[in-house]
Amino acid sequence: MEEFEIPKPPRVNYLNAEHGIKSWLLTKDHKRIAVLYLGGISFFFFIGSLYAMAIRLELLTPQGDLVQSSTYNKMFTQHGIIMVFFFLIPSIPATLGNFLVPMMIGAKDLAFPRINLLSWYIYIVGGAVTIYALLAGGVDTGWTFYVPYSTTFSNSYVVITGVGIFISGFSSILTGLNFIVTIHTMRAPGMTWYRLPLFIWSHYATSLIMILGTPVIAITLLLVAFERLAHIGIFDPAAGGDPVLFQHLFWFYSHPAVYIMVLPAMGVVSELIANFSRKNIFGYKFVAFSSLAIAVLGFLVWGHHMFVASQSVYAGMIFSFLSFAVAIPSAIKVFNWTATLYKSSISYDTPMLYALGFIGLFTIGGMTGLFLASLATDVHLSDTYFIVAHFHYIMVGGTLLAYLGGLHYWWPKISGRMYPEGWGRFSALIIFVGFNLTFSPQFVLGYMGMPRRYHTYPADLVSWQVLHVLSTAGASILGVGLLIPLVYLAWSLRYGRIAESNPWHLPGLEWQTSSPPPTENFITTPIVTQEAYEFVSPEHKQIVGRFERERPVEI
Amino acid sequence: MQSSFPFVPESASTLSGEVDALYFYISGVTVFFTLLISAVVLFFVIRYRRRNPFEIPRPIEGSMKLETLWSVIPLLIAMSIFVWGAKLYFAEYRPPQNALEVYVVGKQWMWKFQHATGQREINELHVPIGRKIKLIMTTEDVIHDVFVPAFRIKADVVPGKYTTEWFEATKPGRYHFFCAEYCGMNHSGMGGWVTVMEPTEFDNWLSGNANSESPATAGRQMFESLGCVTCHGANAEGGRGPALLGVFGGKVVLNNSQTIIADEAYVRESILNPQAKIVSGFGPIMPSFQGLVNEEQLLDLVAYVKSLSTPKTATPTAKPPATTKSPGALARP
Repeated sequence: MEEFEIPKPPRVNYLNAEHGIKSWLLTKDHKRIAVLYLGGISFFFFIGSLYAMAIRLELLTPQGDLVQSSTYNKMFTQHGIIMVFFFLIPSIPATLGNFLVPMMIGAKDLAFPRINLLSWYIYIVGGAVTIYALLAGGVDTGWTFYVPYSTTFSNSYVVITGVGIFISGFSSILTGLNFIVTIHTMRAPGMTWYRLPLFIWSHYATSLIMILGTPVIAITLLLVAFERLAHIGIFDPAAGGDPVLFQHLFWFYSHPAVYIMVLPAMGVVSELIANFSRKNIFGYKFVAFSSLAIAVLGFLVWGHHMFVASQSVYAGMIFSFLSFAVAIPSAIKVFNWTATLYKSSISYDTPMLYALGFIGLFTIGGMTGLFLASLATDVHLSDTYFIVAHFHYIMVGGTLLAYLGGLHYWWPKISGRMYPEGWGRFSALIIFVGFNLTFSPQFVLGYMGMPRRYHTYPADLVSWQVLHVLSTAGASILGVGLLIPLVYLAWSLRYGRIAESNPWHLPGLEWQTSSPPPTENFITTPIVTQEAYEFVSPEHKQIVGRFERERPVEI
Repeated sequence: MQSSFPFVPESASTLSGEVDALYFYISGVTVFFTLLISAVVLFFVIRYRRRNPFEIPRPIEGSMKLETLWSVIPLLIAMSIFVWGAKLYFAEYRPPQNALEVYVVGKQWMWKFQHATGQREINELHVPIGRKIKLIMTTEDVIHDVFVPAFRIKADVVPGKYTTEWFEATKPGRYHFFCAEYCGMNHSGMGGWVTVMEPTEFDNWLSGNANSESPATAGRQMFESLGCVTCHGANAEGGRGPALLGVFGGKVVLNNSQTIIADEAYVRESILNPQAKIVSGFGPIMPSFQGLVNEEQLLDLVAYVKSLSTPKTATPTAKPPATTKSPGALARP
């Protein structure tokens, strides 16, 4: 199919256009910034995973025989903080989103390239402050920072950690702002809203949450710091404050934050499903608007974290109702993805395996949310391993799988190299098996009554230990499964097969330029005349003639 | 009934079976839809696998009918779960009348229980079967949570207020209880046992530990030693401050002509922050007792004020009052 490779990859691309560390640290190219973010979040993911392994090892036995309680409490706290604020929230938007939002809409860059670079520096500074807090002695409040434990009783580095998260929040706000302005103002001629790839719709919805929600967590963490340092009394009942107020403020951001993590994943999966089955997404508008519905409804359900926290039963009832309502747009997405596969042409390439895995695990993660939206069952399941299992099915089974699927899918575009397909499929399978073995026993464990954040558990409950052993066994399989891509993706940077411009033969704009793309993405601005996901057989030259194409750059 | 079923904890309260029923219903829905979606996806993945690299399937736009179908059906199922869950939640969280009251104070990292007859326990709670037990809970430091898996109940214990939960045990035995809200270093050690006894056994247990004074008696002594008698009168008949006799459980008119019900939270607030709600016809002259009494002493004072009213609280014995339904009957408000 070489003859369809028009244009030939220009010798100059964004990776080799400039050289030297300075050219990276001062870059304004959204693609290079995406690569910088990729480095950052991979580092934090690695640290977070080490904590996870230590936690799983400790829980092999009922006694606390690996570490002391105070250390264990810091481990789960730091696992949560790093994974939530420094991996999951930036993961897809800051890497894949940063790289692809301009490319998919036919733009040369994001609207504010300098702000984009600034967001990365803010993220790194926030991360560095947090890492400093961990090295100085760590923090033991749980990633939720509940008062009055965090304000009065904890003897750990609460304020510094809070400052780290506070700072990194601004990187999230700036990224969201950049995406919104870019999507509104920089779409190529002919790229109407309904021609946007669903990846763009989901990033638009995510950006709304980022700029509306993040300021609330920033203010909340500031209040915790003021309360801790100056005892202003806002959360202290003895001074007329209310500890439950903190929970309202915290979850007002932190529930929508779940959608910051999962909406971009849904966008990735929409791309993977459509492109690897060569089929337009069934019910495009329903999938697009369900993202917005999730973003809006997601702001109205925070109280479902507080059904047992002395909230009024009537408030509980309303939050329960809204939580069931927010499940519907997610269900609509799953059904539409499934229907897209009908009478399609499905390839079994690695990214598609991840997407199929996502559908299964996200379905389980979503359905188990019903147990927690339902008031009476939530009373029993709150703060148990059932919750732990539920949100890991969404965060790991959902977001992480979509992230890995997307990373493989766009790897040729990002790096200019192909990853080894056999290893890709193999590790996708290992991750799927390992993940399920890790987290499915935790559903049972939760209903049996095992509370979360427990360093030790009663030795007389033999079934608890059996379930913990299964979970730890699964975690080691999952760990191996995650190391394999780390190795072969790094390997492919040097030894991987050189990628074609459009290795998957797809119509998306990002594939209509060389791999890796030139700094300005498109030499001439593409003109869009088609809906997203209109597939034409690769034997027809139209696939590359449909856009006004750039010419190979003569050097 | 499910105690032999390995995926479910022991079921030992009037509500636990009902929570299990709802749990099984949602489990059924979850398993059904997970299997349905997985089966359809797998079928499509095999049936429509790419057979040659050039095939391009015919595009399908979508279907309004299908979208409506798979929005409305899940919504209806979700609403059925919502209604069931909410009904049961109201039963779980609305404390019944005529319950045996037990005061609970949590502190890092232990639980103190006190029965209305004065028996104190630490990390152990003895209760009879067939009686509704209401826990009135607070904490001296951070947020804790009393979670009894066998009863399927859980409620946070929050500083600065009283929270409650209730249960009626149906099966004698010893059941784990846990602190379910992370509370610091020894969080996982902050639990204990609920011992459920036959009524006669429980009466024996009560009389075997009868040498302690009741919270109300202790509260009466506090009432004198703190000097409350100066304004509220030696027998709480009132003076410069309002009378406390017969106040608890009834309506109180405030000086802003609001009317409130005098419950535990009101009595507590009036001791710690007397200016918050002032009884009509009295001046704001009472000092705050914040920092002068700890949570246990506060509960004693509350118990004393309660004892000044026609006893609405049940007599602390295992014998069920006449109004109580037979043991094992489902409690609904």
